[in-house]
Amino acid sequence: MSRVIAARHRRATDDPRWAKVLVIGSVMAFLALVLILPLVAVFAEAFRKGIGAALEAVGNPDALAAVKLTLITAAIAVPFNAVFGLCASWAIAKHDFWGKSFLITLIDLPFSVSPVVAGLIYVLVFGLQGWMGEWLLDNDLKIIFAVPGIVLATIFVTFPFVARELIPLMQEQGTSEEEAAVSMGASGLYTFWRVTAPNVRWGLLYGVLLCNARAMGEFGAVSVVSGHIRGLTNTMPLHVEILYNEYEFVGAFAVAALLCLLAVVTLVLKTALEVAQPDVRAGRGGH
Amino acid sequence: MTISIRSVEKKFGRYPALNKVDLEIADGELLALLGPSGSGKTTLLRTIAGLEFPDEGQVLFHGEDVTYASAADRRVGFVFQQYALFKHMTVAKNIAFGLDVRKGKDKPPKAEIAKRVEDLLKLVELEGLGQRYPSQLSGGQRQRVALSRALAVQPSVLLLDEPFGALDATVRKSLRRELRRVHDATGVTTIFVTHDQEEALELADRVAVLNQGRIEQIGTPDQVHDQPASAFVCGFVGEANSFQGEVKGGRFSAGVLTLPASGVPDGAATAYVRPHDFGLDDAGFEVRVERVHVQGALTSVNATTVDGRRIEISASRAEAPRFEGAVRVAARKAHVYAA
Repeated sequence: MSRVIAARHRRATDDPRWAKVLVIGSVMAFLALVLILPLVAVFAEAFRKGIGAALEAVGNPDALAAVKLTLITAAIAVPFNAVFGLCASWAIAKHDFWGKSFLITLIDLPFSVSPVVAGLIYVLVFGLQGWMGEWLLDNDLKIIFAVPGIVLATIFVTFPFVARELIPLMQEQGTSEEEAAVSMGASGLYTFWRVTAPNVRWGLLYGVLLCNARAMGEFGAVSVVSGHIRGLTNTMPLHVEILYNEYEFVGAFAVAALLCLLAVVTLVLKTALEVAQPDVRAGRGGH
Repeated sequence: MTISIRSVEKKFGRYPALNKVDLEIADGELLALLGPSGSGKTTLLRTIAGLEFPDEGQVLFHGEDVTYASAADRRVGFVFQQYALFKHMTVAKNIAFGLDVRKGKDKPPKAEIAKRVEDLLKLVELEGLGQRYPSQLSGGQRQRVALSRALAVQPSVLLLDEPFGALDATVRKSLRRELRRVHDATGVTTIFVTHDQEEALELADRVAVLNQGRIEQIGTPDQVHDQPASAFVCGFVGEANSFQGEVKGGRFSAGVLTLPASGVPDGAATAYVRPHDFGLDDAGFEVRVERVHVQGALTSVNATTVDGRRIEISASRAEAPRFEGAVRVAARKAHVYAA
């Protein structure tokens, strides 16, 4: 009798053992195949000829220039998108204005457009044969096949990250805290810095991390506008491709490993943030 | 602070939220804006606060036109429905916000602000909780913090939007008394919005009943309950049995039920009878008792008339045993309104 009752009172998550093993096992196997194995392969290839060879490849002036350019690009694109994302999400979530839904669609554009197309757009506008080409040439301004183009393309591709992270968060928080602040005599700016911004600080940090990861790893759009000039307009992903195409496998994988390391650091930071602030992903932020 | 609302109109898109509203609020009064959702009560409160601006009409504070003045310039204290406490600030910082934000010589010295925060925490009985964060407080405590934050700027008027809406029944009751006590202690003109008629009747000096952007009636809780000015007020404030019927020559009839209806024009009409206005009466009409249950000091009786109308009767506990089987009842008092 008691056995019958126990069977009836099975909890919804008490699936048979074989089903659990099968489901979890297949997920693990899949992850190992498509994520972990390649990652291991990258490091294995990088160190195939010993640590010395790998370090030498990374220490090569062209490789160092690529690392430097990647860091410079991220250092410009990420703050730009953080500020833009904060402004855009503040405008969208806390205010009503004409054209708001159009702006939301526009913010999503870089996610829906292929990065190669993004790169081509800039070539079309700023390239030598482009709309502004002649004027730029006359004024001795180089955008395409130069650092400004790479930065522009990176900004374009990474600009939804912060805004997308903050808009739902701000919308959920509503406007009553801002109204409370204003009704007590706070100015708009004071309210933004003391009330709005602190409420989204963890979400902002999270968005910045994601944005940074993509900014350092972007290939397609940057590849179109870069021109692949060694030591000048090669970012790390582009440098990896060049080395690989020249059969310099140790060098290619050594730089790739460095890129992976940057990504891993970002992910570790992101996970640490989630552990420290469980509310971030729940869309609450703050305390 | 006296407040005058003069034929205020406000539309959201094509939907009229306030329709020519007139209202006078006396100095030191505790007024309830009572109505169902969508009646415009919150819009009216926000218009008084300066968080919303009317399309037409005027808002006067002490005779001075403040229709388009900002909330801060009006010196209002506003308590939001979900309290809107600043999550990342301590309770003390929350309460001090309205003083911290001031500039130059308007800003009180630090010690004075701290003193004021202490006094307010004492007023709402939250001493010692100043260093907590809002997330570490219960719903009732958050409500008290919101109240003291609104009072910190020594507002000329205190406005509360559904102040007890998010609280459970027991906390609600004690906080109602708390608000009354704080109001009596500070003497600040207070207006609160509620959809709960019991809350409005218990707490307020006067109640304004709103429906579809209009004020249907304004009066003391007794007046609103006992002399409802319209069918809506009668149905919304207090319990009432309603009957659809007809008036002919000063008498209302709906099946077996007839009621006096002097002054109501002939034609279709609706009659309301409060449950406690029905009583046992041999000269009345016959009903069949279906269920009798205790409701505190009273007994609530569900019954059906011979022609199948359901009625609810409220009787004393002593009378309860007499409600059994078929009994005759009559209405001592009724409110009849032409349809």
